[in-house]
Formats: sequence, structure tokens, C-alpha cells
Amino acid sequence: MNILYDERVDGVLPDVDKAALLHALQMRLPQLEVLHEREQLAPYECDGLSAYRTTPLLVALPRHLDEVQELLRICHQMRVPVVARGAGTGLSGGALPLEKGLLLVMARFDKILHIDPGARTARVQPGVRNLAISQAAAPFGLYYAPDPSSQIACSIGGNVAENAGGVHCLKYGLTVHNLLKIEVLTVDGEPLTLGSDALDAPGFDLLALFTGSEGMLGVITEVTVKLLPKPQTAKVLLAAFDSVEQAGRAVADIIAAGIIPGGLEMMDNLAIRAAEDFIHAGYPVDAQAILLCELDGVEADVHDDCNRVRQVLEQAGASEVRQARDEAERVRFWAGRKNAFPAVGRLAPDYYCMDGTIPRRQLAGVLQAIAALSAAYNLRVANVFHAGDGNMHPLILFDANQPGELDRAEALGGKILELCVKVGGSITGEHGVGREKINQMCAQFNSDELTLFHAVKAAFDPGGLLNPGKNIPTLHRCAEFGAMHVHGGQLPFPELERF
Amino acid sequence: MHTSEDLDNSRVLLEQVNQALHSGTALRIQGANSKMFLGRAVAGEVLDTRNHRGIVSYDPTELVITARCGTPLAQLTHVLEQARQMLPCEPPAYAGATVGGMIASGLSGPRRPWAGSVRDYVLGTRVITGHGKHLRFGGEVMKNVAGYDLSRLMAGSYGSLGVITEVSLKVLPKPRQCLSISLQMSSERALLRLAEWGQQPLPISAACHDGQRLHLRLEGGEGSVAAARERLGGELLDGAFWADLNAQRLDFFAAGSPLWRLSLPNNTPALALPGQQLIDWGGAQRWLKSDAEASWIRAVVAEVGGHATCYSHGLVDSPFQPLPAALLRYQRSLKYQLDPQGIFNPGRLYAEL
Repeated sequence: MNILYDERVDGVLPDVDKAALLHALQMRLPQLEVLHEREQLAPYECDGLSAYRTTPLLVALPRHLDEVQELLRICHQMRVPVVARGAGTGLSGGALPLEKGLLLVMARFDKILHIDPGARTARVQPGVRNLAISQAAAPFGLYYAPDPSSQIACSIGGNVAENAGGVHCLKYGLTVHNLLKIEVLTVDGEPLTLGSDALDAPGFDLLALFTGSEGMLGVITEVTVKLLPKPQTAKVLLAAFDSVEQAGRAVADIIAAGIIPGGLEMMDNLAIRAAEDFIHAGYPVDAQAILLCELDGVEADVHDDCNRVRQVLEQAGASEVRQARDEAERVRFWAGRKNAFPAVGRLAPDYYCMDGTIPRRQLAGVLQAIAALSAAYNLRVANVFHAGDGNMHPLILFDANQPGELDRAEALGGKILELCVKVGGSITGEHGVGREKINQMCAQFNSDELTLFHAVKAAFDPGGLLNPGKNIPTLHRCAEFGAMHVHGGQLPFPELERF
Repeated sequence: MHTSEDLDNSRVLLEQVNQALHSGTALRIQGANSKMFLGRAVAGEVLDTRNHRGIVSYDPTELVITARCGTPLAQLTHVLEQARQMLPCEPPAYAGATVGGMIASGLSGPRRPWAGSVRDYVLGTRVITGHGKHLRFGGEVMKNVAGYDLSRLMAGSYGSLGVITEVSLKVLPKPRQCLSISLQMSSERALLRLAEWGQQPLPISAACHDGQRLHLRLEGGEGSVAAARERLGGELLDGAFWADLNAQRLDFFAAGSPLWRLSLPNNTPALALPGQQLIDWGGAQRWLKSDAEASWIRAVVAEVGGHATCYSHGLVDSPFQPLPAALLRYQRSLKYQLDPQGIFNPGRLYAEL
């Protein structure tokens, strides 16, 4: 089932007179840069999920907040859907444009407004890159903890909209745990402050609700994040295992020993070999699984924990445990993992990255099931895994130029996500639902739950103009999607009419 | 882990909600009622959550515990302690406090600035909604960004958005070493030192100034705690101090002038307000015993970017800092969407919610 916006199942969108909208924008916002020619629009057809493309009606590139506010008022008056976009690095099509919608690019709001070392906060515009915050905080010995792998390019506004994660989530949390305050504009351009400069704010926690809401509830115009003191030291251990089960048990044993590593990553054999070929990190290419365990903090504690973890890994049956001897080797160990996606990308013309989460105890069974699915769909799957927090990134290898392979890859991906839900996990740990996993939402939530999500949306955007079609599927979409996945003779959503 | 006391009473709770919806009766949701002094008084039929209790699942190596709303917080803490784990947000366990009340109030203890709030540890919830449905949001995994984050929204909602029947929480191992010290210094100096120490990787996990002395808790590995102890000096302090602070058993909290909680940016200088102050959360939470007018206190606090909650029940009509008009409008809209008939704890947070 195609994931591009389909008015038949995703809801009818208002018809927009492009010329009239363009005219209104040019009249009321003469300074605003608006792209409207076909060739100008092309670069904005997709975000980081480049397999799916839609040409937006118009692209607006504001530089001033009052322009954003006025633009939202105009779009609200003229009933024009608005899709907000940051750096466009998202992997779930959360910023996929609409043919009948305006794409609001917030990337030019790229100023760091204030670093307050005493309060350990940074107040920034939404287009500021994730890594730029840590760079600006570095002279004070501080940094911003969440580090999605796209951190050199992704913007903080997008991080908030997606509740972005990274490799250090188990210890340092997701974006939602590292925010103090956001400024947003509602669908009709009304400014709201959510959260505060204190650690909490009165009333319902709308900051938590807006984090990860994928641009469906408001447009983020400013973000205040918490900064942390940089850990004094970080050491990394690499352990090789003869089976993924053993590696999985070792992860549980580390936690059971009372240790929370800064990072704890697993790779399977296909991912190990791809990374080694690409980066020459020194990975043991015969291992069925490797674990990378980073311990950070105060020197003395890290030293003790390294010894403890080494012991745990050896007892768990590691065939080899290596501690990076120096910073250069530590960086090399990580380089293999951080480049796992492009490395795997060298094995096939295309790859499709999944983002399911599972309770860690289910790991071995899920990996076996993925291997079986991989065989059934005749597509190779490499696995990299944020092992500490149960977030898997199976990478499905395919060739989009072979007829049917993209469809097969999509179908396989969908099966993997449904498997995650079945074992008590989630279809997305950090990439978001966006457009990509809109169908799998039907597997994770029932119609009453989805109805409540729509009610939340209606509280902020009753006309459904902000990023329509993302994050929460309509019940009609689920009914049609469910119809293709009859389980035990029971149609899901039996209460709905079939079309 | 399971006891004979465990009971799944969700059908009864759902039934009571559906009856209330049918008859248009407001419900006053309560566990042990240990935090009734917070917020506005609610008129309504009592919905007692305490019979829906018990720990549903707990696997220490997954770092997740799931418990029903009526489970005593003390039971949850005890079960975690047996596996040498904890709820890092240290929610206060006033007499009989339940897990449901802990989530609904969202109150966190002394470790909050360093470890996060109750909301930060919520992974999933089951909620009876104002549409008479028992639904599940979030789950038992660390990372889950599918759909809107209704689970974390429930924390601190004071039961105004639905009946929280079950919650899954992230837990963490207890630190290997814990040691408390106290240092003689003025509150002004303490705030300056705390801002300075906050920028360094010190294992501070609680910081309170009582007017005369700065009390610090150090938690971490043996090495870091010993090094910090040596560097900071001071006298050893009985760790029971933190439980007394959290449960408001310190002399400071004894009867007298009205009690206010001030939530502030952590490096706010000492505030000029009449009455006594006690600094907690390394400066981000200050307790004020004062006879000053609510509007005065709130204006002073708002000026520095904070907000004030009145802990003396019935003293003011709006114990929580009033919201800006636009924000209140959206909060009402959200309340209306999730509880269209307004049956859940109406008016507990604000008269309009």
C-alpha cells in the first residue's frame, strides 16, 4: 500500500489556488523568499527518506519570526496545509511535502541566541544544527547530550519534532529529557511558550506532548536545551561473540552488574564485515556479533567499570575483549559503528533502514525471525542495534532498479516492525512515524487509541492543516491496510465500513 | 514479587467511569489521598484506585517496572531495592502514597535536577479516558516515538485527563557509593558555588541549603565519590536528611506561615521575599514560608522566569501559578478533547480545567 498522500484514505485536502496563495504571500510578505518554479521546488521533494518524493505547491524560506507568524495566518485564512521542515535529514518522511501544501523551511533560523554556563542552558533558533550547540558550549566544558547520527547536519527543531535519540540515550535520555522550553506558533500563528527556564512549568506538560509530535501541533520557533558537563573521560571496550544470543545475554549481564554504559552497541556479522571493509576499524570479521561498550564519567569510576565490564563480557563467553588503548583507537572503534549505514550501503545499490524497538530479552528470537524473513523475501538484512535501549536498526539491502525490489523491501520492513510490536516493542524508537510507518501505526494502536490521538490533534489544529497525513493514520487507512493483513480470520476494525 | 494483595480491578474502575459518564457525575480520583493538600478542592464522587494494585512485571535487566495505579509507592520502592535498583526521580512517599498518585502529581525528590523528573521515567501508561475506554499508550521499551506522547503528558496532570490505571517506568541501578556532607556557608555563596560545580563533572546528586549550611549528596563510583569528598571537604551528614527533606519532615516545614514551592532557573540569585527560604534542587526549587500576598510572590518569581505553587491548602483560589490566556485556552481545549464531559477531577489544577 503506497505511502504517498492518498486523499481517498488519508482525507480530502482543501484545494488551493497556487497563484492566489503566491499573490497573497508576495503582497503581505514582500521580503519573504518563496520558491514556486518547478526546478526550484525539486530539491525540496523529499527529506532523508529519499525513496518517496512529492513536489510541494510552494516552498517558503523565511528569515524572520514575524514572517513565519504572518505566513501561518495567511495559510490558515486560505486553508492551506503547511509542512514544516528543518534540515531535511529525517528518515521517516516527516517533512515529505504535499502537492496541495506549502513547505515551510525553518533552516535559516540558525542562530545560537544565548549560552548560559551558570544555568547550563542554550537558547537557540530551530535551524541550529545539533552539533553546533555542543561546539558553542564546548568552551564552557559543557555539551548537549542527544547525538543522533546525523548530528552534523540535523537541526534542533527537527530533533524536537521527532524526539530524536542517538547512541547515548540509555544514560543521557532522548531529546525530551534534555529540553527546558520551546517557543511555538500554533496553526493560526499564535505564540505559545511551553516549559520554562525552571525545571517544570504549571499546567499540563505540553512540552512533553509537543516533543515528537512531528510538526502536527505547532511550528517550533525557539528551543532552550539543557547542557551537561563533558565527561572527564570515555573508554570503549570491544567484545566479539560466536552468537548474537551470547552477545544479547552479555548486555543483560552488564546491566545486572549495575553498570549503565554511555553507549552500548551491537552489530551482526554482515554489518561487521561491511564496516571493516569500509573503515578498517580492526573489527573481528569472523565474529557473529560484536558489542561496543563505552563507559564515560570520572576517571577513577570509568577505570573500575572497565574492569567490571571486561569480567562480565568474558564470563558471558566473549571470544575476545579489547579495550581501546588510546583515543585514536577509541575513535576508530566508533568510526566503524558510526559508518555502519554507509558501509552497508556499499553492499547494495540501496538500503532501507528500520527503527523498531524491542524489550532486550527478545533480541535473539527477533533476530532469528528477521533472518527467516530475510530468506523468505530474498533480501539481505544487516543488523545494527542500540543494544542498551533495545532500538534495532535492521538495514534491508535491495536494488531499486530491479522491478519489485523496493516493494519487497518495504513489505519486509513492514513485517519486521509488526514483529517488534508483537514482542512488546514499538515500530519506531527514534526516527518517527512520519509517512514511512503510517501503516504500521495500525498494528501498534487500536482504533480507540488512534481516535484519541486525533482528538489531541484537534485540540491544537482542528482544521488539520499542520503536516496532514503524518504520524497518525486515519481509521480508513487502517481499515484498508488491515484488510490486507487478515489475522486468524479476524479483520481488524470490524466496526468500520469497507470501501 | 506478586503478593496475595495483587488485584486487577480495572473492570470495576471502567464501570464506575462509564456510569459517571452516563449520569454526568464528576469523579474525584484518589489513591491514598496523601497529596490532597495540593491543588484546588474537587467536588465529586470518589473513585478509589487502591483496589487496582500490584506489580505487573519487573525484569531488572530490562530496567523497566510496570505497576497498577493503586500499588503503594513503598511497595514499588521495596521491590526495586531488592534488586539494588531505584526510581532515580525519588518521588516523595507521603503516607500511603500510590504509584498512580505519584504519576498524577509528578512530584520528584532531591535528585531531580541531575536525574530527571517522574515524567522523564514514564515509558508507558494505561488510561481510562473520558470516552469510557481503557487504552494503552507508550510501552515497556526505552525508546518509543510512535504517536503522540500521551504517557508523559499524564505525569503532573492531576488526574484531569483520565484515570491512570497502570504505568511502566524506567528504573536504574542504585549508585555503588553514596555519601552526604554539609558545609557552612551563606545561601548566596552556596548558589554561586553550585553554579560553578554544575559545570564540572562532580557526582553531586542532591544539594540543599537550609539557611545556614549547604547539604550535598555525592553518588557514583567509589573513586569519584571519594575524590569529590576530599575536594569539597565539610562534615559528614546522615543520609536520612534527604528522606526528611523529601517528606517535608524537616523543622522548616513545621506549621507556621503558608508554604510555597518556587520553581526557578537554577542559578537565580537569592530572592528578596519576606519569610524563610530553603533551597533545594541545587537552586532550582526553593521552599518559602511566608505571609506575603500570593500576587507579590508570583510577580517576583515570574520576573526571574519561574513559577510558584501554594502548598497550604485552601489559602488561594489558584494554588498553581495562573497560566497566560492563550496557553490556558489550549489546555482547556486539550482537556475538552480527552474529557469532553469534564468528569475527571474538574477544577483540581485550575478552575477552568
